[in-house]
Amino acid sequence: MSDRVAIIGLGWAGFRPTTPDLSYKELIYEAAVKAYADAGVDPRRDVDSFVTVAEDFHEGTSIFDEYTPDQLGAALKPMHTICGDGIHGLATAYMLIRTGRADLVVVEGHSKASNILTLPEITAYAQDPILNRPLRLNTHVIAGLEMSRYLYETGATREQCAAVVVKNRRNATKNPLAAYAADLTPDEVLAGPPLSWPLGKWETAEMTDGAVVMVLASEEKALALSPKPVWVIGVGWCNGAVSLESRDWGRSEYTEKAAKMAYRQAGIGYPLSAIDFAEVDDTYAYKELQHLEALGLCQPGEAGPLTAQGFTGPDGELPVNVSGGNLGIGDLLDAKGLVRALEVTLQLRGEAGPRQLEDVTIGLAQSWRGVPTTSSAVIVMSN
Amino acid sequence: MSMRKVAVVGVGMTKFVRRAQETPKELSWQAAHMALESCGMTMDDIDSACMGTAPDAFDSVHMKGEYLSDGAGGWGKPYMRSYVGGGTGVFAPIQGWYHVASGMFDTALVVCEEKMSSYYPHGQAAFLTIFDHTTERPLKPNLLWIFALEMNRYMQTYGLSKAEIAQVAVQHKRNAADHPCALLGDADITVEDVLNSEVLAWPVNRLDVSPVTDGAVAVILAAEHVAKRITDKPVWIQGVGWTLDTSYWTNRDLAYPRYVENAARMAYEMAGIREPRREIHIAEPYDPFDYKALHHLEGLLLADRGQAAQLYTDGIAARDGDRPVCPSGGLLGVGNPIAAAGLMKIAELFWQLRGEAGARQVPGQPKRGLAQAWGDLMQVGTVVIMGTNP
Repeated sequence: MSDRVAIIGLGWAGFRPTTPDLSYKELIYEAAVKAYADAGVDPRRDVDSFVTVAEDFHEGTSIFDEYTPDQLGAALKPMHTICGDGIHGLATAYMLIRTGRADLVVVEGHSKASNILTLPEITAYAQDPILNRPLRLNTHVIAGLEMSRYLYETGATREQCAAVVVKNRRNATKNPLAAYAADLTPDEVLAGPPLSWPLGKWETAEMTDGAVVMVLASEEKALALSPKPVWVIGVGWCNGAVSLESRDWGRSEYTEKAAKMAYRQAGIGYPLSAIDFAEVDDTYAYKELQHLEALGLCQPGEAGPLTAQGFTGPDGELPVNVSGGNLGIGDLLDAKGLVRALEVTLQLRGEAGPRQLEDVTIGLAQSWRGVPTTSSAVIVMSN
Repeated sequence: MSMRKVAVVGVGMTKFVRRAQETPKELSWQAAHMALESCGMTMDDIDSACMGTAPDAFDSVHMKGEYLSDGAGGWGKPYMRSYVGGGTGVFAPIQGWYHVASGMFDTALVVCEEKMSSYYPHGQAAFLTIFDHTTERPLKPNLLWIFALEMNRYMQTYGLSKAEIAQVAVQHKRNAADHPCALLGDADITVEDVLNSEVLAWPVNRLDVSPVTDGAVAVILAAEHVAKRITDKPVWIQGVGWTLDTSYWTNRDLAYPRYVENAARMAYEMAGIREPRREIHIAEPYDPFDYKALHHLEGLLLADRGQAAQLYTDGIAARDGDRPVCPSGGLLGVGNPIAAAGLMKIAELFWQLRGEAGARQVPGQPKRGLAQAWGDLMQVGTVVIMGTNP
């Protein structure tokens, strides 16, 4: 038998900056119902295991795992939470299926960021309580420091970071899910309010509510159930130095390692020639550039100039964040990796509507867990 | 798909104490270091790292798994934290199992850590926010109260007395007197001591419940071809199972944990076990409260409903009885640093099945054991079956 695993069902809901009409459970339920209909499965009868990605402090509930089963149809079934990104959740489903003990696994991620009154204080609580918290560093301050180091080491410029914002928010105009679509010029981005020099407010993703549910299947089930399975051909994830004091601020070495792991499984030696398009984390504009270099899709220092030249535009050689990315769609907290993977799957199915890329066979999604983490995950998929 | 066999090859455990001087990262590091030393491995031999730890609120750190990652061996490695509340300690080794069984990795380091003492004035306060924000939190319930409800229900359904249930606390705390890492071992404790301890929330008295504890445990898992090179006595993971029930615990039959039964059946099926009462030689059911050990033995199909206390009365559950229960001393005796307490049960099975449990050794060369944990809102069951044969 084969070890192949495919995504066969997609569902999503919300994707608005605020959803006062819906609870997180209702968002998840809506996404789940769509995903099950898309995959043609009944969660009570067919699904072997369920995985949610969530963090307690994002939910305002200790042991949030308690509230995950009902809206997915998972009560009295094997279900667990991964305190990670959506792509960690997909990697978990991939492993569960490859053990041979599960044929159908559901992965769910969501954001109800609009419910969080004190998000900056909460994200700052992810810093080391003894060494860093007394410094009262705001999350964006750390991002600004990192951006500064990245620009210094690679020679990338603020204008090139602004080009990322222009591209992604313009891409978002063709994505009905994107809440932050805009037609901007680089000068408008640079003229925005500063957050933590050199990082500006318009180079930082805004928050969004939403839920994404995906159904993954073993080869046998995928071929039986789905006319358009999208195969997972490689997954990788890695943590780097967690303390601010010992990390490499200029490059994302954890993304390099995660990518190497995924490429090794996928048998990809030269990623730029193998990968047709990518969805990478752009929570901050400079992060897209840093991640493209870490993924081996650009040489160190090249991502900035190439972006400014349109290399990563929707008509360029390597379209990046055709969906609009986090900058265009918004930041869905722990679900943001699933949003990246959602776009890759839609593109590979040929269901991306007005932003559909032509002749794509291999796509990559990458996500990063945000400041102050050094946690990144990568998934490579093919139709 | 041919499933890869997975073995436990090394374990490490810190002392379980009331107030550790170490940070949570340091506790994780100590356990991980001991586990590596126990089997002569280094971090270079570890392909992946899995973390288990309960609410972020204990450490008041957002994304606690990320914060703990370097102490738990996640630096420069594929690292993930799994989470099923109190069931996490027996889930983390299941997470390690699927890392290795999937063929993705040859080895996995699994670390479970809990530091409950930092929470001021008491760790119980971290549980005030586990309840439904609309329907329950306004009533300000705490965990002791809802488990008192469940214990009361269990006693009423089967006509059990507090004295019958207190036998569990007595036996486990006496067993723990032989555990070098234990917090509450007491070789001389009696049923009267338990019944006379102060009432916390009737019918739960102070000695019916496990203590707030700090500690960490680590285990190393390896695929078959690697395990045999590391040790002559690998202990195999023969079956795993887990189940999460609805969040609406108020609608649940509190007298019987069906979610534990589902998890147990999943694990028995994988391990090829048809008669668990004959084929499981050592049981380590989750015992944060004394009645829970009984409740879980019934859910695990190791006792008839309402009859588990009889195993203690008849001496069957004793360390030298026919079917020993919690020879480690369990959570009631060794302590309850939530996630670490579950993994402690895996460590105990490892030592028992290798014949290395010292004064706690179960006689008769046991071949197979079961560890189980429970958590969330009386909602999750996690089961691991380990044995000397692959």
